[in-house]
This record gives sequence, C-alpha cells and structure tokens, in this order.
Amino acid sequence: MTLDEIKKREMAVLYRIDEETVRQQAIRLGMYEGAKLFCLEKIPGGPIVLQSEYSEMAVGRKLAEKMQVKMLREYAAE
Amino acid sequence: MANVVLAGNPNVGKSVIFQYLTGIYTEVSNFPGTTVEISKGKYRDDVLCDTPGIYGISSFSEEERIARDMILQADIVINVIDAAHFGRDLFLTLQLLDMGKKMLVCLNMMDEANKRGIAINSKRLETLLGVPVIETTAAKGENLEQLSLCLTKASTGKRTLEIATMAEAFLPICGNFAEAVLLLEDDDFLRMKYQQKPCGKREESYLLRRKRADKIVRETMTCAREENGGRQKRTDILLHPFYGSFILLGALLAVFLFLGVLVARYVVGFTENYLMKRLLEPLVLSFVQQWCKPESFFGQLFIGEYGLFTMVPSYLFGLILPLVLGFYFVLSLLEDSGYLPRIAVLADRFLNRIGLNGRAVIPMILGFGCVTAATVSTRILETRRERVITTALLALTIPCSAQLGILLGNIGKLGFVYTVVYILVLLFIFGLIGTVLNRRLRGVSANLLIDLPMMRIPCLKNILRKSFEKTRQFLADAFPVFALGAILLTILSVSGILEQVLKLLSPLVVYGLHLPKEVTEIFLMGMIRRDFGAAQFHGLALNREQSLIAMLTLTLFVPCVASVMMIFKERSAKEAILIWLFGFLLAFGVGSCLAAGFSLMGVMK
Repeated sequence: MTLDEIKKREMAVLYRIDEETVRQQAIRLGMYEGAKLFCLEKIPGGPIVLQSEYSEMAVGRKLAEKMQVKMLREYAAE
Repeated sequence: MANVVLAGNPNVGKSVIFQYLTGIYTEVSNFPGTTVEISKGKYRDDVLCDTPGIYGISSFSEEERIARDMILQADIVINVIDAAHFGRDLFLTLQLLDMGKKMLVCLNMMDEANKRGIAINSKRLETLLGVPVIETTAAKGENLEQLSLCLTKASTGKRTLEIATMAEAFLPICGNFAEAVLLLEDDDFLRMKYQQKPCGKREESYLLRRKRADKIVRETMTCAREENGGRQKRTDILLHPFYGSFILLGALLAVFLFLGVLVARYVVGFTENYLMKRLLEPLVLSFVQQWCKPESFFGQLFIGEYGLFTMVPSYLFGLILPLVLGFYFVLSLLEDSGYLPRIAVLADRFLNRIGLNGRAVIPMILGFGCVTAATVSTRILETRRERVITTALLALTIPCSAQLGILLGNIGKLGFVYTVVYILVLLFIFGLIGTVLNRRLRGVSANLLIDLPMMRIPCLKNILRKSFEKTRQFLADAFPVFALGAILLTILSVSGILEQVLKLLSPLVVYGLHLPKEVTEIFLMGMIRRDFGAAQFHGLALNREQSLIAMLTLTLFVPCVASVMMIFKERSAKEAILIWLFGFLLAFGVGSCLAAGFSLMGVMK
C-alpha cells in the first residue's frame, strides 16, 4: 500500500520511495527503508501529518502516494 | 581573524546564540543577491555568521545553497543541535565532520530534552564525534559562557570511514575534504565549478551517514518514557481537520482586527492625522516659508502637494511605518511560535490546485506586508514554475499592507455586501490566474515535505527586535523610491506634463470606470507605489459602487515600481513587462466590466 492509504493513529513502516530527490531528502530526515511512521493526522484531501522516529512532519498527498509502506503487523510478519 | 559560522537545523536556537555571542554588534543583512537573510556580527576578534536552518548541505533549496557557501568559507563551525530532536540533527553534524571542518557541537535545548525524559551522554558523544560537545539551554542563557570558552578548542572530528575513502578520489580535483565530500554527493554547484559528471554516489553516502547517526543515537541517548524519543503520540489540535480550520479562521480574524482595525484605523489615525498633519506639517510649513515662496518651484518641491517635507514623511512615517511594523510583528509571532508551517499544511490542498504547495503561503503572507519583499522570498520555492506562478499572483492580486490598510479603512464606505464582492472578485481572479498558469507552464511542481517544529510561546523581546529590524530595513528601502517619486511628481506637475498624461488617461477612468477624473491621479501615483496612490483615497467623495470599482481596479493595477524592478531582477525583463502590461489590462478590464454591470442594473448613472 502507499502512505496516503494510512489511517489516523496507525503505524506503518516505510518500504520504498520511487522519486529520487524525495528519497534522498527523506534519508537525511531519518526516513529510509524500515523507518516507522505514525499517522498523527490526515487533512482531508491534503497532507498526511506523521511522527517519525526523530520528528513530526507533513507530507503532501501526491508525495504520499509515491511512498510505499507496509502496515507494522505485516512488516513484522515478513 | 577567524570566520566562525553557526550551522544547524531550522528552529534549534542559532539566532539566540548568535545574539548572545555578538551582543549589540549585530546587523541583519541580505546575502548578496538573495533574500534569505543572514546575520553577521563581531565576536571578539572573529566574524560570526548566522546561517539559514538546513537539514543537510547540498543544493535542494536556496537556504541550503546559501548555507553551503558560508560553511565552505568557514574557519570554524559551531553546529547547534536540538537535543530533543537529536537524531534528526545528527545528519548535518556528521556531514560537517565528513567535510573535515574544524567544529564544535552545541547541544542546545537541554531543558526541553530533560522535560521529555531524554538523557544524552555527551561525554560518550564527544568521543564518538571527536569534537567538543557543550550542553546549553540558550533560551535561558544557560552554559553559554562555556560555549564561548570552548571556541578555541574547536577541532576536526572523526569522519565516516567509508565516505572518507570514497571522497578521497576527488581530492586531486579540488584539494580539500569539504569540497571533495560535496563532489562525491553530486552537489550541482561544485560539479559545475570543477566540471565533473555526476558520480551517482549521493544516496550511498547519505545512507552510510544516516546509519552512523542512528548508531550514535542508540549509543548515547536514553529515554525514560518510551522508545519514541520521549514524545507522546499526541494529535495536534492545530492540524485537526475540523478544529484546525476553525482555529486558523480565528487566528486570521484576530490578525485582521489587530492590523485592520487597531493599527490601520486607530494608530494610523493618530500618527497620520494628528502627529503628521497637525503637529509636523504646520511646523515644516512655517519653517520652509521663511526661505522660499510656496508657489515657487522649490516651494512646490519641499512643501507642495507632493512635497519632500510634507507628503513624504506623512505617508512614510504616518501611514506606512505603523502598518509595516504591525505586519512584521504578526509575521514574527507566526514564525517564532511555529504556527507558520502548520498554516502551510492546512493550505496545501488549496494551493495544489494552482500548481503550488503549502510552502507558497509564506510568500503569500509576506505579500500582504510588502509585495516587493515577498517577490524575493519566492526563492524558497523549489521549482521555477512555482516561482513564476507565485510572482504573478503576488504582483497582480495581493494587496500590500499599506494598501490593505487604506482599503480596510474604506470598508465602512463599502458596506458589507460590497466588501464580500471585493474579496470574492479578488479570489476568483487569484484562482483564475493560478489555474491558467498552472496549465500553461511546463514541468511539475514540487510536493510538500515540511518539518513541524513544536509549538512554543515566543519570546516577546526577540519578536520586537526582529520586527523593528525588518521595519527599519523596509523604510530604508522605501525611502529613496518615495523621495524620487515625490520629486518626479513635482517636476511633472510644475512642468504641466502631469496634466497632459492625466488628460490622456482620464477618458479610461471617466468613461470606462465611471469614476471622477481626479481618480486618474491616484492611478498614476499607484504606478510608483501602490499605497502612494491608495493613500489619496480618503479625500474623495465617492459613492459605494464607485468606491468598490476604484478599490478593485487599484488592487489589480500594475505593481509598484519597486516590485517591477524586483521581478526584473528575480525573474526576467520579459516577465516584468508582461506582468505590468497584463496588470494594466486586467485592472481596467475588470473595473470597466463592473462599472458596465452597475450601469446596466441601474445602480449607477
């Protein structure tokens, strides 16, 4: 699934980001494969507000569609 | 004399440390050719520079480009870290280490970290990094003297082994570690400088560094409460889909009441009508009249209708000073409290429709202060198309604070319905221009990815200092334009040219807009500074419909000389001319349509 499908107060694990510059910027902020992301809020039709291990941030909806994530349960099972 | 540079993530307290170290010897200056402001000051025998907050050194944004250049030139770097966001900030720290910079680490906001139950073993950190680490709480001034004592102990630290090995290949090309690391990481600017092809190692290097940072966090940080860095997973009411919008509306209303009513009406009423018109003007008049006749050229120049000693101080200090000061006060408040990025998050989905992302609210909000300054701040936007769209919207549809003040003052004249009409027409044109540009311009806009700092109660002293400094700069920029404008107008008026131009333009105003021909003068002055024109609005006897037409036309009218020059400088001559011509057509087009509509409905003759 992609990050925009996450629901409020759910925890997901980052799996893949396809866009190169975004991926590189995300690495700097501590978001790379395996990073846990907790959804603090979803603005309807707008950004997803996340808590990552190190900080809170907002990710635009279109960007979230490009971020592959797995639900924490599934990720742990693999 | 060493060049000391403060570097760190946004919102970690660099400026407070800067103020502490430099004391009163601060000066806020614009970085040559850009806008993102940097401060320079003296500390003992050294020069100390504050840089924009960044998450890493590269060329992802204008802030990063500026910080990169300053860091490359630095002899010593003071890396300020937010202890409560230790893990995030370490990436930059390690990048500085890898670049082989002489540095020391200032572990700031220790109080906040302690409150969250975060403990950092700074001795261990010192060993792992190989540079001095000093714990501080800058906001309370704790341990800052320690920081200044340690400045001489700054040293190069332990570089990330794998990155150092990879960067070695670039040493023969540039001769220093700092540039070699940036070359390894495909920094655009350095690649151009040394004419290198991209080597595609950026991501590998970033990952190595990030993993080392994570390892250091695990070894040095303990958290009393939970694994998640001590932060509770609390929802942010300010971003709540329902309450958040309400709070935003409330905040906007408060800003309107403060700026539009308190400052624009009462404070300006006092400064302009009483201080300037009643007290200063008679004094100036009686003084100047001793030297020259009011009817003579010099009389006109100094104390005439557009007099250097009458109109200029009255507009500049009576009208614009309070408005601009009020505006920068609000802006600093939004900035320092951490609310600004949250507004960006809430506005994101609306701005997406016109090809922008939430970050564009920053220039937009700035535009309500001064469109010229806002035009420069479009540099914070990532792609060219976003900058073009924002610049056009700013120039054409956003009224600046001086203008807004006068417009707000006239709302009484307009009445509720026409005020709503005014706002709706502007919003419609805003959306229309944005949508058209978004469709027509090539490329893809960047998406929102923004860090949300904690909300905190801002320090009044810092806010006042910031607002005063920005206002001072604004006035310093505006004064020459104002003075020149006044001189030009006097010359035009004395020589009779003004009358000719007015005659030429007045049919447009009289037959197109159905307004009295005196309004032509306001438009003419509006070309110099929009507020200049709008300021003359007060004295005219216009009915409601006429006021609406005049205000709308004036808002949409061509941007002031200063903004046009800024568009010229920031974008291109072509864009500046296009925007100017389009503004002219748009303003008179919309105004005429409205006037025609009113006369059709029979509300206006």
